[in-house]
Amino acid sequence: MMEDVKVFGLWASPFTQRVVWALKLKGVNYEYIGEDLFNKSNLLLQYNPVYKKVPVLVHDGKPIAESMVILQYIDETWPQTPLLPQDAYQRANVLFWSKFIDEKTVDMMKFFRYDGEEQEKAMKENWESLRVMEKESGLSEKKFIGGNRIGLADLALGWVAHTLEAMGDVIGVKFITPDAFPHLHSWMGNFLEIPAIKNNLPPHEHAVEYFTEKRKMFLAMNYHHHHH
Amino acid sequence: MAKNDLKLLGGWFSPFALRVRIALNLKGVEYEVIEETLNPKSDLLLKSNPVHKKIPVLLLADKAICESAIIVEYIDEVWTNAPFILPQNAYDRANARFWVAYIDEKWVPALKSILRAEDDDDEAKKPHIEVAEEVFERMEEAFNKGSEGKALFGGDTIGFVDIGLGSFLSWIRVVEKINGRKLLDETKHPGLIQWAQTFSAHPAVNGLLPEPDKLIEISKAFKQNLMAAAAAAAATK
Repeated sequence: MMEDVKVFGLWASPFTQRVVWALKLKGVNYEYIGEDLFNKSNLLLQYNPVYKKVPVLVHDGKPIAESMVILQYIDETWPQTPLLPQDAYQRANVLFWSKFIDEKTVDMMKFFRYDGEEQEKAMKENWESLRVMEKESGLSEKKFIGGNRIGLADLALGWVAHTLEAMGDVIGVKFITPDAFPHLHSWMGNFLEIPAIKNNLPPHEHAVEYFTEKRKMFLAMNYHHHHH
Repeated sequence: MAKNDLKLLGGWFSPFALRVRIALNLKGVEYEVIEETLNPKSDLLLKSNPVHKKIPVLLLADKAICESAIIVEYIDEVWTNAPFILPQNAYDRANARFWVAYIDEKWVPALKSILRAEDDDDEAKKPHIEVAEEVFERMEEAFNKGSEGKALFGGDTIGFVDIGLGSFLSWIRVVEKINGRKLLDETKHPGLIQWAQTFSAHPAVNGLLPEPDKLIEISKAFKQNLMAAAAAAAATK
């Protein structure tokens, strides 16, 4: 019997992309259902009543929400191309970085939402988060975060390799340069070379187009917020 | 001195450190507790958790593990004797991780905001109390749905969600005392009220839940320190 795997997501969202990459890396077939966040489907609301957010993975009718919880579930259910080390301590280390990165993700997109002083503050926080990762996550010794094969923490961070680049292009800022963050920059190159990743990225121009429109919307919101 | 050179860098007041203690106690592991006052943060803490500088940290001979939920999973994986803290089945494990992440994402910030507000500033506390109330409504639902009539989220034994939520029982009492109003109540949360009793009485937990009055004392002192620091910072601008 074919396993029934569904993913409810938003193609531009880092949280959805992680789940798609994990399934692609493991060669798991799934049905993708794109959600309109301004008009959420009844199924989504039924499958994720607590947060009402994407992504949601539904496996044989059973829903799982929260991208990092989903990733661990995927890794445990389909053990090929493991995303976590065998050793318990090394596993705890990868989970630590996965959590750090996941918790920073929304904050790291703030610079794109705001302008003026708030944007400057958000950008400074981004550089600080990247500095911590550059220095402490072991990328000076290993090719990926916590090992020499792609893992959970890399999937959590993967959005910076293309989505953050696209957002940065729209604003006119580049965060991960080889001068400022040599290890992260190397890591980005390694990450993007992996076939399951490379073949499952939205085209750069498509992302830039999408984020250009988003940026216009945010600026209009900021204007109305400051002038009423 | 601990037989297996295992140390927990924690604090009597910390619900996160308590999670780790309960997990170690459940497994019957011997360990030494190093009490961290956080005032100031010890060199050992700064060295073993350079990224967050927070307790708890589980210290093995040459390794440090940080983040309470991650430490508890680690303990469950390394000490494979019963009881099993995480469920055996992958879907149930995902569910347990979901609820612990929910507690950390929703309840913890609400708790911090309530404690930060002035005792009589109901306006400031109101939205966070509403979040807290929603959390306990959902946890009551999750308990009734998931425990299948058993006494704990983990069934007959303390599990991941029991540890995740139960570690906060004293702090829940603190909020109730400060606000003069129950967060867990017999009519709205009959399941959780029973659960709280079972959890507190369990040998792995018994005696470790701090006295709410002592927590109120230190949170007052902590708030005063915060305000003094803020005032000092403002004065130097």
